[in-house]
Formats: sequence, C-alpha cells, structure tokens
Amino acid sequence: MSAPGIPAPPLAALLELTHRCPLQCPYCSNPLELERAKNELSAAEWTRVLDEAAELGILQVHFSGGEPAVRRDLPDLVAHAREIGLYSNLITSGVTLDQARIAKLADAGLDHVQLSIQDVDHQTAAFIANYPGVQGKKLAFARMVREAGLPLTINAVINRHNITRVERMIDLAVSLGASRVEVAHAQYYGWAIRNRAALMPTLAQVREATERVEAARGRLRGQIVIDHVVPDYYARQPKACMGGWGRQFLNITPSGEVLPCHAAQTIPGLTFESVRHKPLAEIWASSKAFERFRGTDWMPEPCRSCDQREVDWGGCRCQALAITGNAAATDPACALSSAHDSLRALADTASSEPPPDFVYRRMTPHDDKTALAAATS
Amino acid sequence: MTMPQLSGDARPGLAPGVRLTFDKARDQWVVLAPERVLVPDETALEILQRCNGTRQLTDIIDELASAYSADRSEIEQDVRDLLASLIEKRILTA
Repeated sequence: MSAPGIPAPPLAALLELTHRCPLQCPYCSNPLELERAKNELSAAEWTRVLDEAAELGILQVHFSGGEPAVRRDLPDLVAHAREIGLYSNLITSGVTLDQARIAKLADAGLDHVQLSIQDVDHQTAAFIANYPGVQGKKLAFARMVREAGLPLTINAVINRHNITRVERMIDLAVSLGASRVEVAHAQYYGWAIRNRAALMPTLAQVREATERVEAARGRLRGQIVIDHVVPDYYARQPKACMGGWGRQFLNITPSGEVLPCHAAQTIPGLTFESVRHKPLAEIWASSKAFERFRGTDWMPEPCRSCDQREVDWGGCRCQALAITGNAAATDPACALSSAHDSLRALADTASSEPPPDFVYRRMTPHDDKTALAAATS
Repeated sequence: MTMPQLSGDARPGLAPGVRLTFDKARDQWVVLAPERVLVPDETALEILQRCNGTRQLTDIIDELASAYSADRSEIEQDVRDLLASLIEKRILTA
C-alpha cells in the first residue's frame, strides 16, 4: 500500500471498556498507567462507536479491558453490536459473571467467549493472578458459559511458572468443552515487560513446550483447534503484529483514544486521537499515528527490500522501541536485526536466574506516580 | 486421528460461534468465526449457504450437481473435501 489514498477498512476492533480488573496478572497488556473509571466512555458513547465501527467496515468487535464485565452496561453494548451485524467476542477473566448475567449476554446475542487461564494448578494460578481461589471461579464460569450454549476459547498465557504444564492446560480446555485454545506465550510490553525476568522461560523449556503442543495437536485433531503463539524472544522471524500497523485492526482505550495496537502509547512522538472528538473513519484514514508505520514506506533496511515485508509488515514497533530505543528499527525478533542477538541474550540471562518477585498490575494512586516511574526505569 | 466419513444423512451446519454474512463494506460474503474472518470462494460459498443444519448431505450434493450440470461423483468429492476441512477447523459441525 505505498500509493496514497484511503486505506482498506479494518476487520476488527479491540474495545477496552475499562481498565478496572479484579485480577492483577503481571503480564497484562494494559499500559502501566491505567485509566480511571471517571474517564471511561459512557454507554451512549460506546454505542455511537459501535455504529461508527460497523459503518467503517469493521466486522468483529472484542469487548475487552481490564475486565469488561465490571461495566453493568455490557449486555446493552453486546445487544447493540448484534443489532447492527457486528460479531462480538467477550474477552474475560471469568471471575465476576454469574449464571444470570451470562444468560443475559447470551440472550443479547454474544457470539463467543474467550476466557483466560493462568494454570491448571490452583495455587500457581492464584499466585499469578494475585487472587485467591481464582481457578475455581474460572472453572465454574467456563461450565456456565457452555451451559448457556456459548462457544468458548481458552486462552492460556504461558510463562516460566506454568510452562511445564502446557499440555495439561490444553487438556483442561478440552474437558471444559472449549472449541479452541490459544497457547499464547506472554508478549513483552505493558506490564509484561516490567515483569520480563519474572516471566521468561528458558529456550529448553520453550522447545519442550512446543513439542508438547504439537503432540497435543496431533492427538486432539478434530476435537479442538489449537492456536500457538510462539515467543518472540526465541524466534528468528517477526510476527505480523496486528496483521500490520493500521492494516486490519484498531484498539480503543477506555477513554476513547484510538490506537493501532494496545502498546502504541509507549512510542514517543505519536499522538492519538479520540472518538470523543473525531469520527472513527477519519481517525483510521488520516490520523498521523496510523499513518506513521502503515504500509512499507516507513521501513528501514533490511526490511524495505525484504521479500517478507508484506508478510510480517516489519513485525512489532513497540518491541523495536523497547529493545533498541527506536520504534522505526527492524523488529529484533528478526534474525536480520542487528539487535537480534541482544534480544536472545536478554531472554537467556533473565530465564537462567531465579525469578524475581512479580510487580502486580494495579492502579497507581496519582501521588504515587513518581514511585511507579522509579520502579519501571 | 482420521476424520470419520460423513454419512449421507448428516446435516452439516455452521458451528456455534460462526456466522456467514454479507460484508457490505467489501461487497463479499464472509465467514465470521472466533478471531478469524474467512472469505469463501464461489464454490465454497455455494456449499456453505446450503449447510444450514437441516439439509442432508446427499440433498446438498444433488442440488449442486444439478445446479452445475456436473458429474455427481466429482461434486460429492469436492463437497466432502471442503466439509472435512471446515469441520476440522470448527467452522462447520455435522
């Protein structure tokens, strides 16, 4: 898409209804500075955003957060999405919804539920989420989802504390009646990069886990779809992050800022526009933040002349920034990046030492911002 | 594990969480599934539109063979191949 003009419309939108969440997972993709409830878009504003999304050509919306179900207006938003033909997915921690509210969401026309799990081991799950009894609540939730007739995906976030149980997490997904399981290695931005050393598995562990996932795929063919997201730090080729910057996907924060990906706010010099002030279509087509890394014109070498440039779209900008200090650099996950070896070295060093304590995800009081900055520098 | 052969009286339909819908913005039919949007080609669309959970496989094959004035056994193979692939991907159930 090097020719100027109107970009093709996005396929999907991640709608972060809120950053409030009862869990405190240390790999949360939300920014370190979480949005407060008083700044959240109202139900009327989200309803207008849904209309604008459908009008723009978006086909699927993911209600996410934080924990989207802490918003009491969630069923109304789901119903509106259904009414205007949008496919709706609920991305949830599963700990706040009871049978009556699940039934209400099913009646509203929710298409699909995605439940995250921390582990199969109850104690480790509680440790990772910093929430006693979390596993029991999630298992009960998964059963209620299936009883309500809703299709279920289990999302297992893999890290050094649970990686040896990857195959059991897949089997748990099968026993819960999930039609799909995402085996997703933690991706290191947001809270996860702050907790990188506490989360990073070793290369040997990743190889072992990959073999187990492949074995499960063979064993469970036809029973469950297994999607495996391999960890960038041990990869040789970058992923097409978000399917390419500003190409298929947008993210809307609780206060209405429109982002090309959920970590884009870490990139200095980009300014983001809000659905409170501009129509979504205009933001998608001409916001400077979306134009910055759209297509291939922004690419440095070796990306610019690489035959994979329209396959991986240059990988992840936030990762390039986090590792090299330059968001426009080649993604260090690529073996052709000059920072590739240092990325691997970071992972090897982090994973070979005993894990440090987690910095759990939580809202920081306003007067505590200096402390947060110090803790994350 | 090999997928068992579908019997002729199977009634294939879209799996839960899957919708076949017309995408006005792009002027094409799409299959919406968890984390996926598929664009069926013309043949796949003809088959998918008949997989409504009530029509039997044999009837679907008959209909397509007559609509395309094609050899029934060829159509049957095409339909069975597509169904097997989409059932494995959890787009269809039978």
